Amino acid sequence: MTKRQKRMAAVAALVAGLALAAVFGFTAFRKNMMYFYTPTDIVEHKVADNARLRLGGLVTVGSLKRGDGLNVEFTLADCEKSLPVRYDGILPDLFREGQGIVATGQMKDGVFVADEVLAKHDENYMPPELAKSLKTADGRHSCAPFKSVMQAAN
Amino acid sequence: MIPELGHFALVAALLVALLQVALPAFGVWRRDRRLMAVASSAAQTQFLLILFAYLCLSWAFVTRDWSVAYVAANSHSDLPLAYRISAVWGAHEGSMLLWVLMLSGWAAAVSVFNRRLPPDLAATTLAVLGAVGVGFLLFILLTSNPFERSFPVPADGRDLNPLLQDPGLVIHPPMLYMGYVGFSVAFAFALAALISGRLDAAWARWTRPWTTTAWLFLTCGITLGSWWAYNELGWGGWWFWDPVENASFMPWLVGTALIHSLAVTEKRGQLKAWTVLLAILAFALSLLGTFLVRSGVLVSVHAFATDPARGVFILTFLAIVLGIAFTLYAWRAPKFVSQADFALFSREGLLLLNNVFLVVAAFAVLLGTLYPLLAEALNLGKVSVGPPYFNAVFLPLTAPLAVLVGLAAAVGWKRAKPAEVWKRVRVPAALAVVAGLALPWALGHRTLLAAIAGGMLAIWVLLTAAQEIGRRVLAKRDRVQGLLQVPRAVWGMTLAHAGLGIWVLGVSFVSLYSVEKDVRLGPGQAAELSGYAFRFDGVEGRAGPNYDADHGRVEVSRGGRVIAELEPEKRRYRASGQVMTESAVDHNALRDLYVALGEPIDKARADGDWALRLYYKPMMRLVWWGGFIMALGGLIAASDRRYRLAQARETVAVRAEALA
Repeated sequence: MTKRQKRMAAVAALVAGLALAAVFGFTAFRKNMMYFYTPTDIVEHKVADNARLRLGGLVTVGSLKRGDGLNVEFTLADCEKSLPVRYDGILPDLFREGQGIVATGQMKDGVFVADEVLAKHDENYMPPELAKSLKTADGRHSCAPFKSVMQAAN
Repeated sequence: MIPELGHFALVAALLVALLQVALPAFGVWRRDRRLMAVASSAAQTQFLLILFAYLCLSWAFVTRDWSVAYVAANSHSDLPLAYRISAVWGAHEGSMLLWVLMLSGWAAAVSVFNRRLPPDLAATTLAVLGAVGVGFLLFILLTSNPFERSFPVPADGRDLNPLLQDPGLVIHPPMLYMGYVGFSVAFAFALAALISGRLDAAWARWTRPWTTTAWLFLTCGITLGSWWAYNELGWGGWWFWDPVENASFMPWLVGTALIHSLAVTEKRGQLKAWTVLLAILAFALSLLGTFLVRSGVLVSVHAFATDPARGVFILTFLAIVLGIAFTLYAWRAPKFVSQADFALFSREGLLLLNNVFLVVAAFAVLLGTLYPLLAEALNLGKVSVGPPYFNAVFLPLTAPLAVLVGLAAAVGWKRAKPAEVWKRVRVPAALAVVAGLALPWALGHRTLLAAIAGGMLAIWVLLTAAQEIGRRVLAKRDRVQGLLQVPRAVWGMTLAHAGLGIWVLGVSFVSLYSVEKDVRLGPGQAAELSGYAFRFDGVEGRAGPNYDADHGRVEVSRGGRVIAELEPEKRRYRASGQVMTESAVDHNALRDLYVALGEPIDKARADGDWALRLYYKPMMRLVWWGGFIMALGGLIAASDRRYRLAQARETVAVRAEALA
């Protein structure tokens, strides 16, 4: 091979490697992308069972029930619809009724089975995506009996 | 009065920074040595002014001056002194002040240590640093003034975020910022090279110690952050692929690539344009990280309060800096194309390959970090990309990288004979295979293919690193003399690579063999985990300086023998009402036993059940040791005498040239 051919071969190998890495990356990317939904989205659009997703909403006051071990059940609501959630594990420090949380998991027989529950930051914190989806068109809605969403969103 | 002085000093610093840009730039254009020389004194003055402003803010914290809004928002009269001092960088405004303090510190250091640089290169470098300083000072003064007063003066402060009340957090942000900001020096050198059109071995030699120093701080900062998250967040995780972690990891990956391509540029005079591009990218990613953290576009533990004005400012600044840098690059970089022969199977070829892997990894992380933001902006739905993506992409990129690290050390510069290389690597390769196979078994773990592969890679990296030193010692007749003559740069490289090996070993084992269990226990009850018995002995109330705690006791035993008495805490900070989990860990080189208190399940009763989080994490410590050893390697390499001597020699050559 001449020097030029050698160099072309090297460049070709490099490009092929990069292409492979890109294909690989995008496949992993598509497989692991998780969408964010609110209870209304799920109740109305009927998300397919077994699709992993993130669900955000407010924990309905008085809905928390403890079972054996660390099993808990509560309902998660937005301003319109609510959805039962089941979780086996330790709830985060800032988990309170009436508070906004984000749970990761999947739907099973009408119940959202969570494997992770997040409620970070201080009490007024609300995940921005949740705050945004809870706001109505006039941007002023706060769904009683929950904490004012406006206040949390700002 | 003192806060106003601080504010005034910042305004003065901005004016000085403007001079630091304008006068030297004019001087370079008119070839006026006196104007060029202004750059150094301007850089030092700017540093002193910002240091003064910084001390003013610290003073306000120490004296509990609640009339300063930023102090009132981030401190409290019960806050211990050490945390009042570190609270200066506990939130947005103060951490930006720390940021510019470090930026001006780096510039001042360049002006002190690089007196022997050719004057126009030094002037241009400092002018670029001054321009970056102008941007950030404007940012602080226009959008995030830490000295703003508030009336009426509150009776007490709102307290520092309890997450930040931890020794790890006292040093984590400054380290990280030192690294972030440090890449501005490499960036400034790169722009100076583009502007002057001169990019030679000497340039690479001047840039290398600065880049390595910035990199070692970043390495330390990331490692400390991981250690802090592990202890303080109570999830027992050490890396979350959180967008803000990614924001610090991307410049690290590109910075690592930069260190290696600088080596090629210095030794072989090749990859010049690529090196310059990496220097620009490393700083660009640092700026992007700042934008991501400061603009509040991210949902993250790190994101502070949102203010769109700040995001817009940083984004505009980013666009301007990168616009100028890439325009210059497109215009001048073609000059740097080297004609010399470039063999792929040579050290420079393998280093280029390593660069490709590192940069691809950085972009994979970038994609995962930015895609959710883009998707949201384009109304494609709210998406999150979780750790599975990053792990799936990252592992296949790291494994070949580890192979390359060992191989590149055995391959010579210029052109290598495969037969000779094989002769060098066959022993470490064989040992790595044997040790990799034996390790899981020897440590009493299940045999997993991934663990064997991880072990092999780690041992391979470690052995080939040691071999480099061995070869140099054996080459000399007097072995002791040979050992003493190993240059620091080589020691540094060896240590850094050994650190990588240790890190790989730690990561493989901790991610494959960790056992985690969330349990519900009443006082006196015990749970079993990986052969260890964890007995919960209940909690008692305890008062700390600014918090009340549920102080738990857990006795860990194995086969009846008590191993450790762990005392995890659940703290409730009085001023803010926030609850924090303080985990307790018993550790040795082979494993961590980790206990964190979850929640009281029966809140009404004092002796009720608690939720507890128990972890068994083998080789957890190696992950951090690996990080710190890498950083130590960086420190030793950056202190190599060669850089200082070479500078002196180079200046003589430049002077001689000028005379001729």
